Amino acid sequence: MSQPFILSLTIFVLAVYVGFEIITKVPPTLHTPLMSGANAISGITIVGALLSAGLGFSPLTTALGLMALIFATINVVGGFMVTHRMLGMFQKKG
Amino acid sequence: MDTQTIINAAYLLAAVLFITGLKGLTKPKTAVRGNKIGSTGMLVAVVVTLFDQQILSYGMILVGLVVGGAIGAVLAIKIQMTGMPQMVAIFNGFGGIASALVAGAALLEVSGGPGEVPGAQFLIASGISGLIGSLTFTGSFIAFGKLQGIVTTDSVLLPGRHVLNVLLGIVAIGAIIMLVTDPTAFAVPYLAICLLAFVLGVLLTIPIGGADMPVVISLLNSYSGLAAAATGFVLSNNGLIIAGSLVGAAGIILTQIMCKAMNRSLLNVLIGGFGGEAGGAGSSADDVYGGKVTTSSPEEIAMVLEDAQRVVFVPGYGMAVAQAQHGVKQLANVLEKQGTDVLYAIHPVAGRMPGHMNVLLAEADVPYDQLIDMEEINPMFAETDVAIVIGANDVVNPVAKTDPKSPIAGMPILDVDDARTVVVIKRSLSPGFAGIPNPLFAADNTLMLFADAKAGIQDMVTALKETIDA
Repeated sequence: MSQPFILSLTIFVLAVYVGFEIITKVPPTLHTPLMSGANAISGITIVGALLSAGLGFSPLTTALGLMALIFATINVVGGFMVTHRMLGMFQKKG
Repeated sequence: MDTQTIINAAYLLAAVLFITGLKGLTKPKTAVRGNKIGSTGMLVAVVVTLFDQQILSYGMILVGLVVGGAIGAVLAIKIQMTGMPQMVAIFNGFGGIASALVAGAALLEVSGGPGEVPGAQFLIASGISGLIGSLTFTGSFIAFGKLQGIVTTDSVLLPGRHVLNVLLGIVAIGAIIMLVTDPTAFAVPYLAICLLAFVLGVLLTIPIGGADMPVVISLLNSYSGLAAAATGFVLSNNGLIIAGSLVGAAGIILTQIMCKAMNRSLLNVLIGGFGGEAGGAGSSADDVYGGKVTTSSPEEIAMVLEDAQRVVFVPGYGMAVAQAQHGVKQLANVLEKQGTDVLYAIHPVAGRMPGHMNVLLAEADVPYDQLIDMEEINPMFAETDVAIVIGANDVVNPVAKTDPKSPIAGMPILDVDDARTVVVIKRSLSPGFAGIPNPLFAADNTLMLFADAKAGIQDMVTALKETIDA
């Protein structure tokens, strides 16, 4: 098996551990914002979409990339904004 | 330092910001900042990607960012808080399909371009990315449809569905193997993977009933993260791998918490068929309710409330449907004004997504320190004068503790029957999602107020004000 793959796998496994450690500490009150916030982060695919849409390799790649970019941007922008809106409601008192 | 090093360092920075941001979400006080830190991480990742030398056409990128950003912003601003589960489902779906599209574009680019033959790691990762991404997409839209009431919330059990699912899964894995063995003809296998995953996403979500939605939403959340991580393997991009696996872990933890709160295994939830097959054990509605249900009026309840030292509200999905959270807060205000201690008992799976009740009550300006989790509130019911159950059913059914044959046996419940008086606001004696009668409604200390949640609460507010003034 190739070195880069093992490296990627190492990073993957370690990140899963970090995720488990942090997220088990989130109180139930914040479960919905956690979910929508985490969901916004999963829109990180936007990075791949930017590369595909911007490479100018072939019209088909650009089209696929553009579609991916739109979906991922909705995910990212919508996700962070809606999380912010929800957290604002938790914030103004307490 | 060359550009590639700088870009990778920036992805590392973005990953650190994501982790710090998620850490902020562990406390209400730091949560807003945490979310901002997370979005900053995303901005860093996007900006640095734009500096990638390979990128030629910025026009397309601008179009994509503007269109996607506008749609996302409008959705985020317009959505009602009661529609939040649907919103989360849709965002999940978009994230999933984006991953599948990116993997498709990467395949096109590598296979069509000059240079070396793509490696097995790249091909397997592309296949998995397409599979999970597409499955998340259709699964999320079925979940959305169920939450929105477009698709039936009953669990739809097709005959032979397990065999069908396994077959589709096997064919999909076969397609991934085809993709790896002959990368030059990638188009057919990749399309096949995505189409099969589309069908699988529908088939896996459709048998899951309404009350199991918190599990499904968490699980789809996890999938969208794993799809992003798989895309990271395709592009050998550590930023994607880290962010994706963080989200994948978050979703899995929430899924576990939700399953535990229902005392069911994940497999049991996914296979579906709760309720419909429950008939065997237990007693019929007539046995449980016959002549034992005490029907009450807002006026009578107001008199009980007037003398109460502590009142605990127990909200459920019915409160969300009726949008009764503002009425609940009004009633709480009147009670607090007369010196009554008011708390809210939150069952982990009340509602249609993790934390659903918390968000709705927060919207109605209920302070979050009055929202008490199940373990903490249960011992307090013994010292509670009135527990007001509004739109909840199975999560307060004592049968879970008494009848080992019941479909909800062993499910942790809120012990409202320990309270001196229990008020249940409900339109009828119809069963909850589990399809079984609830002896709580027939208990000696239970008063039933047969009304729509919103109207019933309003009547109680009016009646209590009059009682206090009189």
